[in-house]
Amino acid sequence: MSVLKVENVSIRYKVGDFRQIGLKEYVIRRLKGNYHVSEFWADKDISFTLENGDFLGIIGANGAGKSTLLKAVSGIMTPVSGTIEVNGSVAALLELVSGFDPDLTVRENAYLRGAMLGYTRKYMDERYKDIIRFAELEEVENKPFKQLSTGMQSRLAFAVASLVQPDVLILDEILSVGDGAFAVKSSQKMKEIIENGAVTILVSHSLEQIKQYCNKCLWLDKGRQIAFGDTASVCEKYESFLKGKLTI
Amino acid sequence: MIQSIKKHQFLLEELVKRDFKRKYKGAMFGMAWSIFNPLLMLLIMKVVFSHFFAGDIEHYTTYLFCGNIIFTFFSESTSEGMLALQGNAEIFTKVNVPKYLFLISKNTQTFLNFALTVLVFFVLCLFDGITFSFRFLLLLYPILMLLIFNMGAGLILSALYVFFRDMRYLWTVAMQIIMYVSAVFYSVDTFPEYAQKLFYLNPLFLFITYFRKIVLDNTVPSFGFHLIIAFYSLLALVIGILIYKKNDTEFLYYV
Repeated sequence: MSVLKVENVSIRYKVGDFRQIGLKEYVIRRLKGNYHVSEFWADKDISFTLENGDFLGIIGANGAGKSTLLKAVSGIMTPVSGTIEVNGSVAALLELVSGFDPDLTVRENAYLRGAMLGYTRKYMDERYKDIIRFAELEEVENKPFKQLSTGMQSRLAFAVASLVQPDVLILDEILSVGDGAFAVKSSQKMKEIIENGAVTILVSHSLEQIKQYCNKCLWLDKGRQIAFGDTASVCEKYESFLKGKLTI
Repeated sequence: MIQSIKKHQFLLEELVKRDFKRKYKGAMFGMAWSIFNPLLMLLIMKVVFSHFFAGDIEHYTTYLFCGNIIFTFFSESTSEGMLALQGNAEIFTKVNVPKYLFLISKNTQTFLNFALTVLVFFVLCLFDGITFSFRFLLLLYPILMLLIFNMGAGLILSALYVFFRDMRYLWTVAMQIIMYVSAVFYSVDTFPEYAQKLFYLNPLFLFITYFRKIVLDNTVPSFGFHLIIAFYSLLALVIGILIYKKNDTEFLYYV
C-alpha cells in the first residue's frame, strides 16, 4: 500500500497588491484601477506515489513550486484540483527557527513548539529533559528565548523537532544545524528519524545531498512536473539540463 | 469542532499561557492590574459623571460599574482578538492547525480577566448596599452569551484585519462610538420611547441592561429579552465561523 499518493495535483498561488494594505489604500487603488492581483499555477498536474521506505528528493530552480507542494502535502494549503492521499501522520519541518516567542523562556518555548508539532503534554513531560540535554541548553532553560544566540535557538528548534515520529516526514533543506560537534550530532539524529519513518521528502538545492539520501526524485520547473523516477536517471537529466544540453 | 479542540488541547493550553504572559509582560503588578484598571476607570467616571447623573439613578456606582465591566470585557476581547490571527501567522503558515484556536486562546485570557473584575464588582456591590439574591445566578446567562458574542466578533474582526491593516484604527473609533451609545454612564429612561427602542439594536446595551435588571432592579428580564441576546450572540458567531470557513486557505496569502 502506498503511504503517500499525489494525483494530478494543481495548486494556485496568488500574488499582488493585496498584502499588508489598509481599507483606505484598497479603496483608493480600486478607484484608480491600480489594484492588481494575479493568480498563477504554482504546481500544475503533479503526480507521484511513494511506498514504505521511500526517500524522495525534490529538485528544481527557485519558483518551481517545491515549497508550495510541500505545504499542500502537510495540509497548510489546499490544491484546487487533484487529490493527496496520506496514510498516516505528516510532520513538516519547515523553517525551524521562526515561530518562537522571544519573551517566553526556553522551557515554555519548547513546550509551545512541541504542542505545535502535535505532541501530547505527557510526551513532552517525558522527553523535555532529553530535549534540553540534546540542545545543550541546560544552563539557560529558564532564561527568555531572546537572550539565546542564533545558534542556540536553532539547536532548540532542532531538538524539539527531532522527536517527531511521523509516517511522512517533510524536510525543507535541513539535515543538520549548528557547527562542529552539534552538526555531526544533529545529522546523526536526522538519519535516525528518517530510518524510523515510512517516507521522507527532502527539498534541496544540493544534488550531492539528493544523490546521497534519496532513492526517488521529482524534478519541477515553474510548476510543471518534468520528471519523476529513480534518483540516478532524474538527476542525470537535470544535470544535462543545467549544462544546457537538454531543453525542456 | 469540539473534537478538534480536544485534539489540540495541549496547543491551546500553551497558547493561553503565552497570551497571559504577553499580556502582562512588563506590567508592574501583573494580573492585579486587571483589578486596579477597572477600579481606576470606575473612580474617574464616578467623579466626573456623578455630577450629572447620580441624582436620577439609584446606586449610581453599581450602575456605572455594570456598564463598565461589560464594556471593558467586550473592548479588550475584540481589540486584542482582532490581532490574534495575524499575530500567529508564523504558526499557521507552517503547521496545520485550526486557525480559530488563536482566538479561543485570546478569549480565554480576556475572559479570565473579566471573571476577576466580576468578583471585584460583587465586592463593590456589598459596599453599595446591594442585596444579593439567588437571581444573581442568572447572570451566568449574559456572561456566557457575551463570551459567544465576543468570540464571534473576534473571528470577524481578526479576518478583516488580515485583509485590511487599518481596521485596527477604525475599530478604535468604533469602540468609542459603541461606548457612547451603550448607556454605560447614563440612563435611557429620559429618551423618547422610539429612541429607547433603538437601543435594542445594540447588543452591548442589552448585556449591560441584563446585569442592571438583575443586580439593581432584582427582576428577571423577559423571555424575549433572552432570545434577542441569544440571537445577536449566535449571529455574530455564525458569521465569524462562515468567514473563517470561506477564507481558511486564503489567509495564507495575506499575512
